[in-house]
Amino acid sequence: MLKVENLVVHYGVIPALKGISLEVKEKEIVCLIGANGAGKTTTLNTISGLKKPTSGGIYFQDKLLNNLPAHEIVKLGISQVPEGRGVFPNLSVVENLHLGAYLRKDKSAIEQDLKWVYEIFPRLEERKNQLAGTLSGGEQQMLAIGRALMARPKLMLMDEPSMGLAPIVVEEIFRIIKFLNKEQGTTILLIEQNAQMALAVSHRGYVIETGEIVVSGTAQELKANDEIKKAYLGL
Amino acid sequence: MFTQQIINGLTMGSIYALIALGYTMVYGILRIVNFAHGDIFMMGTFFGLLLTQKFRFPFPLALILAAIFTALLGMLVERVAYRALRLSDRLVLLISALGVSIFLSNFAQLVWGTETHPFPSGLSVKSFQVGTVTLSNIQVYILILSCLLMIALHVFVHKTKMGVAMRATSHSINNARLMGINTDSIISMTFAVGSILAAVAGILVGIYYDAVYPTMGYTAGLKAFTAAVLGGIGNIPGAMLGGVVLGVVESLGAAYISSGYRDAFAFGIMIIVLIFRPSGLLGKKQQEKV
Repeated sequence: MLKVENLVVHYGVIPALKGISLEVKEKEIVCLIGANGAGKTTTLNTISGLKKPTSGGIYFQDKLLNNLPAHEIVKLGISQVPEGRGVFPNLSVVENLHLGAYLRKDKSAIEQDLKWVYEIFPRLEERKNQLAGTLSGGEQQMLAIGRALMARPKLMLMDEPSMGLAPIVVEEIFRIIKFLNKEQGTTILLIEQNAQMALAVSHRGYVIETGEIVVSGTAQELKANDEIKKAYLGL
Repeated sequence: MFTQQIINGLTMGSIYALIALGYTMVYGILRIVNFAHGDIFMMGTFFGLLLTQKFRFPFPLALILAAIFTALLGMLVERVAYRALRLSDRLVLLISALGVSIFLSNFAQLVWGTETHPFPSGLSVKSFQVGTVTLSNIQVYILILSCLLMIALHVFVHKTKMGVAMRATSHSINNARLMGINTDSIISMTFAVGSILAAVAGILVGIYYDAVYPTMGYTAGLKAFTAAVLGGIGNIPGAMLGGVVLGVVESLGAAYISSGYRDAFAFGIMIIVLIFRPSGLLGKKQQEKV
C-alpha cells in the first residue's frame, strides 16, 4: 500500500534521512522504532507532505506522493496523528473532530462516523463541547486518533502515541490501535520510542538509527534480536 | 458633555476596531505585524472615493465594490510580499511589510496627488439632538455598520467550516495541513477579510472627516495596531475591545484635559495596560500539555 524507496531528506545541509526504504501492506500495523533524533518524525512528515524529500520516492497505492501538497495527500487517504497529539486547544472537541473530516462532503456519513468515534471513545462525547486544551493528555491522544479516523483514512500514520502518557493510558491507547486494525482493518504505520509496546501490537517493524534503517523483520524476529533487546527493550 | 464624548469615542473606536481586526487576524495566523495594513486601509478609501466620484456609483454599491477591490489588493500583497518569505526570519517579513507600506503610500501620492480630497458620498449630513447629545447620521451609520460587520465576523469565525479552519490554522499551520486544510488559501482569505474591514473603515472615516489623503493610513494604522496590542494581539474580541477602549480614552482625554495630547492618551493607555497585563486586555497565555 505504502512504499518508501531510498528516501533522502535534509534540514538545510544536514541529512535527516540517508536513504531509507520501507513498506506497509494493506491491513498491517508496521512500526518504526528508534531513539530521539533518529529520523522517525521526519519520515512521517515527509510521507504527509509537510517536508519535501531531497531524493527517493514515496508511493501510495502506486501513486508518487513526492511533490503533492499536504492537503492532497490527506485527500488520497493518508491521515496523521501528529507528534504530541496536535489537537487544536483553542477549538472544542467536536470542532476538532469535524476538522478531521474537513475534505469530506458526505454530511450524513460524517455524522455517523462522529457517533462511531464517540462509541470508541465515550469520553470524547462527554466532553464534546469542552475546549480541547482542557482535556488530559490521554484524552487529547484519543481526540487526535478520533480526529484522524474522521477522515476515514486508508492509512493512518501515528507519531509516538505513547509520548508523555501514564502507563495505564498507554495500554488503553495501544488496545485501541489493535482494535482499529483488527476490527476495522485500518492500516497503520506506527512510530515509537516505546519499542516494547510497539512490537506487541505490530506485525512487522523497522529500526531506524541516525537516518538509516538498521534492522527490519517481523515483530517476532525483532523481539528475539539480541541487539534490539539490549538497545530498545532494556533486557 | 460626558455622554457626548463617549459617543464620539465609540464612533472613532469602532473604526479603530475594524482596522485592528485585520492586524490581529493576520498576526494570529502568521505571527507577523502586517505594517502595510494601514496603507491597505488608505487604498480602500481611495477606491471608494474613485467609485463614487469618478464612476458615479451609488454609495452602497461603491462601498461593496471598493471592499472587493481592497480584498484583492490584500491578497495580492500577501502573495507578492509574504508568501515566499513565510519560512524566513520574522525580521525579513517585517522589512517586506514596511516596503509594501512605503510603496502603497507613494503609489497613492503619484496617482492621486499629495493633497487632501473631500469625500462627497452623496449622503447628506444631518444632525439630531438626543437629550443633551448631538448625533450625526454618519456617526449612526458608523456605529451600526461596524457592529454588523463585527457580528458577521464572529459568526464567520465560529460557525462556518472555513472559520473553524482559520482558527485551526492560527494555532498550527502544519497541524492544519494534516487535516487536509489548504492553508495557503486560508491565509489568503484572512488577508481578504482584514482588507474588507479596513476598506469599510476607511470609507466611513473618509466621510466622517470629509477627508482622504495618501498618508492617512499611517496614523490610523498605528492607532489600530495599538488597539490590537491593547486588546491582546491575535485575539479577535480583543481587537474589538481594544479599538473601543482606545477611541473612548482618546476622546475623553482630549475633551477634559487637552486635545493636543489626543495621541498621547491613546499610546499612554497602551503603555499602562501593557505594564499590568503584558499580553493585553483579553490576550491569554497559551498553556500546552505535553
